[in-house]
Amino acid sequence: MITRELVIIGGGSAGIAAAIAAYNKGCRDILLIEKDPELGGILLQCIHNGFGLHRFGEELAGPAYAEKWTDMLGSTAVEVKCSTTVIHLTGDRHITYVNPEEGYVTIEAKAVILAVGCRERSRGAIATPGYRPSGVWTAGTAQKYLNIQGYMVGKKVFILGSGDIGLIMARRMTLEGARVLGVAEIMPYSNGLPRNIKQCLDDFDIPLYLSHTVTDIRGKDRLSGITISKVDENLTPIPGTELDFDVDTLLMSVGLIPDTTLFDEAHISLNRKTKGAVVDEHMMTDVPGIFACGNGLHVHDLVDFVSMEGEEAGNGAVAFLRDELKPADRLSLSPGEGVSYVLPMYICPENMEEKTEIKLRVTGVMRDVSLVLKSGDKKIAEQKKLKIQPSEMEKLIVKRDDLAGLKGELVLSVAKA
Amino acid sequence: MNKDADTVKKVFTCIVCPRGCEVTATLDKGGDILSIEGNFCPRGETYVRNELTHPMRQLTTTVKIDGGIYSRLPVILSGEIPKERMMDVMEAVSDVKVTSPIKRGDVIVADVCGLNVDVIASRSM
Repeated sequence: MITRELVIIGGGSAGIAAAIAAYNKGCRDILLIEKDPELGGILLQCIHNGFGLHRFGEELAGPAYAEKWTDMLGSTAVEVKCSTTVIHLTGDRHITYVNPEEGYVTIEAKAVILAVGCRERSRGAIATPGYRPSGVWTAGTAQKYLNIQGYMVGKKVFILGSGDIGLIMARRMTLEGARVLGVAEIMPYSNGLPRNIKQCLDDFDIPLYLSHTVTDIRGKDRLSGITISKVDENLTPIPGTELDFDVDTLLMSVGLIPDTTLFDEAHISLNRKTKGAVVDEHMMTDVPGIFACGNGLHVHDLVDFVSMEGEEAGNGAVAFLRDELKPADRLSLSPGEGVSYVLPMYICPENMEEKTEIKLRVTGVMRDVSLVLKSGDKKIAEQKKLKIQPSEMEKLIVKRDDLAGLKGELVLSVAKA
Repeated sequence: MNKDADTVKKVFTCIVCPRGCEVTATLDKGGDILSIEGNFCPRGETYVRNELTHPMRQLTTTVKIDGGIYSRLPVILSGEIPKERMMDVMEAVSDVKVTSPIKRGDVIVADVCGLNVDVIASRSM
C-alpha cells in the first residue's frame, strides 16, 4: 500500500487553503482529492459577488475567489486528483477512493484533513406536510442548475427559509425573469446576512414573512400551490393565519449541515450543535492525525473564514506530522448563556500558538453585549459587541498566557455590557 | 421648538460588504443630508449618499459558452450601475454566446447599455 504524508479530502475553499498552508510549512508530500471535475467546490455555483473582502481586500464573484486560490495552489507541488471520490476512511487513516482511471484504490496517510463541505437540509428534514409533486427543490440545487447548467427550475417561486442561499436565489430567479412571491422564515429573525435582505429582497419588493412556515404543498404532478401559516413562540402553526400562494416552484433554504458521511467509520466524535466533528485548537478531531475544517466542520457564513480555517488545519496537520503536538492537559470549552456553540471544543495551552481564535454563534439577536470567557468565576477574555446575531459567526481571541495554570472547563457566554 | 421635529432619520443596511452596518442618515425637511452615522468605513457613507440620490448596484449573471467544461460562463460588471437599469443589462446579455477559451477578466460585452461599465468573465473557462 502506498503511504502519503498528508491527504486532504475535498478541493473546495477549505481544502485548497489547507493544502497551501501545509505546503508552505514545508510538507512536500500532499495529495488533494476532489470529487468534482475541477477544484473550487461550492463557490463555482456562487456567481454573486462579496467573496474575498477579508482575504484579498476586494469583492470577488465566487468563481473568481476559487480561481485565485486554485492559481496559488498551482504554484505549489501539491498533487491533485479530481473526479475522485473517497468512499472509506478508517481510524488508522486508510483511505479508499474511486475514479475512472485507477478504479478502486486504498492508500495510507500519516495525516488526513477532512474538508468535505456541507449538505443542504431538505424537505424531509423539516417534515413539511402535503403532496410530493415535482417543483420542490433545495435552493442550492436550483442554484447549480441555473448558474452552472443554465436551466431555470420554475417561473412562479416561493422560498422557504431566509438563509443566504434562499435570499441570493430570490434575486437570481427574479433577474432571470421568474416571479418570486415571497420568502417565509419560521424564526422571528432572518438567518441571512442583513445586506442580503436589503439587496436580494427589498430591492425587488419581495416580501419576507417572519415567524411563518409552509403548512401545505399542493399539486399532483407539478407543484400548483402552497400555504404558509404564522407560527407561535413554540414554532407551532396558528390556525386561521393561512396564506395561499399559486406557485410552480418551492425552494427550500432551511439550513446546512456538515457532510459527515466519512466520519462514522473512523469513529470521529461529533458535536450535537455543529453536527460536525469535535476538534481541538489545531482542528484535530479526537482521532489522532485526522483533522477537519470548513463547512464540513461547522457551517460558515463567509468563505474568507473557511479559507482561514483550512489554513489552521493545514498548519495543525504539519505540527502533528512533526510530532509537535504533545500529549498534555487540555481545557474543555463549552457554550454558556446566549451561545449556541463554540469551536474548538478543546484547547491545549501547551500545544497552542501564542493566541488562538474561538469561533462561536449566539442564540438570538442581541445588542450592546460582551462575549465573556470564564474559568469558574475568573474572567479570561472579554470583547464588547454592538450587535450580534445567529447568522453571523463571532470570534473571540484568547492568549496562551491567559490560560496558563488553568484546569477543567472554560465557558463562553454573552453578558450584558 | 423641538429640533428633532424638523429632521427625518432614515436607517439603511449597508450592502457594501458582508459586515452589513446599520447606517442612520439624518435629513432636514428639504431632504438635505445633515449627518450619516453608524458606518464602520467611508464606503458606508458613499453607499448611503447614493441610496438617497441614485442607488447603484453590482450585477452578476451568466452567458452561454461553447466548448467549456460547463455550458454557462459566470460574469460580473466592471463597476456598479443604476439600480433601475439591472433588467436592461440582463436583457442585453441574454443572447450573448462566447467560445472557450475565456480568461478571467476578459471583456464579454464592452460598455453594456451605454452605462460605461463592461461585462467581464468571473472565471476562466
